[in-house]
Formats: sequence, C-alpha cells, structure tokens
Amino acid sequence: MSVATIDRRDLLAKLIPNPDDYLIVTGLAGAAKDAAELTDDGDNLFTMAGAMGAAVSMGLGVAMSAPDRQVLVITGDGELMMNMGGLATVASAAPKNFSIICIDNGVHGETGGQLGHTSRGVDLEMIAKGSGLTSVMKVTNDDEIAEAAKFITGSAAPRFIVVKVTDGPTATYKRNMDPTACRLRFRNAYLASV
Amino acid sequence: MTDSDRDEWSAQIFDQMIDAGVTLFSYIPDFGNAKIIELAEAHNEAQPVLLTTEEEGVAVCAGADLVGTRGVLCMQSSGVGNCPNFLSLVKGGNFPILMVVSMRGDYGEQNPWQYPLGQAVDSLLEAMGVLLFKVDSQEDLEPAITAALATSGKGGKSAAIILTQRFIGAKAF
Repeated sequence: MSVATIDRRDLLAKLIPNPDDYLIVTGLAGAAKDAAELTDDGDNLFTMAGAMGAAVSMGLGVAMSAPDRQVLVITGDGELMMNMGGLATVASAAPKNFSIICIDNGVHGETGGQLGHTSRGVDLEMIAKGSGLTSVMKVTNDDEIAEAAKFITGSAAPRFIVVKVTDGPTATYKRNMDPTACRLRFRNAYLASV
Repeated sequence: MTDSDRDEWSAQIFDQMIDAGVTLFSYIPDFGNAKIIELAEAHNEAQPVLLTTEEEGVAVCAGADLVGTRGVLCMQSSGVGNCPNFLSLVKGGNFPILMVVSMRGDYGEQNPWQYPLGQAVDSLLEAMGVLLFKVDSQEDLEPAITAALATSGKGGKSAAIILTQRFIGAKAF
C-alpha cells in the first residue's frame, strides 16, 4: 500500500481554484472544515455536522434539480462508506453536472484517529468503478493535483476523485453549524441567482 | 384492489404531485409505488431516481429543496426503518420532505417479517418530526394528498402520505 504524502490543508485550493463556480455539499467533520475555509463558508456551500453518509445523496438531489450549475460533493472516506450505495445511485442517475471528491485520510479523524476501512484494504477507486462510475481518478501525490483539477472540469460527468492524504490536521475554520440557517442561506442565494 | 383501482389512485397521487410542482420522484420499488414511478418515467418534467436504500431519498429530496425543487420519497413501510439517520438532517434543518409510504404489516398481513417495522412506522416518523396523512379508503385519498402537499409546501413541515393495507390490500402468500 502506498504511503500518503498530500497535506489536506494544501489540497482544495489547488483542486478547486474557482469554488464560486460550484454549488457544494460536504459531509461532516474535516471535509466540512476544509470546504468552509475554501469558500469562507460561502452561500454556495452546505456543510453537515451530522447525518453521516448523506453528502453524496444530498449533492445528487442538488445536481438533478439545478442542471445548469456544476455541483460538487466533498466528503471523507468514513462518511462516504456509510452510504456506498449512493455511488450506484449517482451512476444510474448519471447527472452531467456532478463531481464527488473524497478526501481519504484512512482514519476517523473526528473521533480520535481510529483506523478506517481504507487503511485495511478497501479501495474506493475500485468501488466507484464497480458502482458504475466511469470518470474515476485516484490522486496519491501533489504532482497529480493539477491534473485532477483539469479532470473535474474536463472529464465526462458524473466524476469521482479519491485523494489519498496524510492523517494530519484539517482546516480549523469555524463554520456556521446551524442547519436551518445554512439551508436558508444556500436556498435564498441560489433562488436569487436564477 | 384490482389493477385498474391501483392505476386510478396512482394517477391521482401523481397528478396532484405534478400539479403542486413535485418533479423529483425518488424510490425503492414496491407494489404501492410501481404505477406512480411508471407515470414519472413517462412524464416530461418528472425525474425518477432509483435508490439503493430509502435513506438516500431523504437526502436527495433535501438536496432538491436546497435549490427550490420539490421531491418525494416513495417507499414501502419496511424502508422507513432505514431513514432516521438522514431524517436528522431534515428535522434539524427544517427541510420539508414529502413521502409516500405503502404499508405492509398493518392490516391482514400474512408475512410475519413485515410486522416489526410496519407497526413502528408511525412512531419512527413522528419521532423524526414527520406528520402523517393516512389513507384508509378512496374517500381519504384526495384530501390526504392535498393536506400532505400543503404541509410540506407552504407549511414547511415534512409529511408522509400513508397508504394503509385497508386501502391497498394485503399481499397473499
């Protein structure tokens, strides 16, 4: 098994240089903090702090309902694995405006760094392909991030990118964690834009 | 319950939903929603979404709401047991989710496996803040759909239309 070298704190700004171009849904914990820092907790971002597993499905609902916008899910390996069937649903629905980025640190960072399944042999790249997704990319070192950024904008959607990162610290951004306020912020901003 | 009966009430549910602006039909296949989904597949504006587990549909509908689209989750009562985790997103964020639940394990059921969740549907949904609109007869149907659409529309609360086995009948074994 390859040893991860990417520091997640350096990842998203390189991978998504134009975050305002996207509607973004994240899973809980580290992925939410990293994305909140990327967008300054913007009104195009809905982060979760619970409902583990819901990010991919929620992003799919956004993508199918806003076909003129690019939609991005950013989540962690533990969150993704709580709803792996969601990848099959995405592949079946095949939205042309949807990308999933999985920040895979191989541990449950929020609860103390306990080893997760991807540290025990589970391969999310293969799972994504086996779920029927065809635009799938695995990123294991910094040199591949620029190529992955092109993949997000240039390959056929839906897309899935798994990025192997070290199990170091996440962004420390303090985001709004009131789900009702975040729903209204996102919804009102979107509806004002169309 | 004949096939033509089911065609009729399925069309009633589907037509009222389309008229109310519901376009995203997420589902796990069941006898009780098969015709509704067929109608969605044939409709220009409706988008059916086949799920792998019912809880996905909760989040799909919440995502649709984030951009002002109305969705519905169609499922058998056994699937309600898969939903509470993602309903925490709905309850906590005040997402108005709409469901159609076709019942098993509530009236004349011959499969003992269906009773545990069939009998827990009301408690589970009510615990997670979903209001129930039961259909026991043809007379209940139109007003229950109307009420559930209003509740999950301008009412801003999650609502489930419950098609009971008194209404849809019990499967023979």
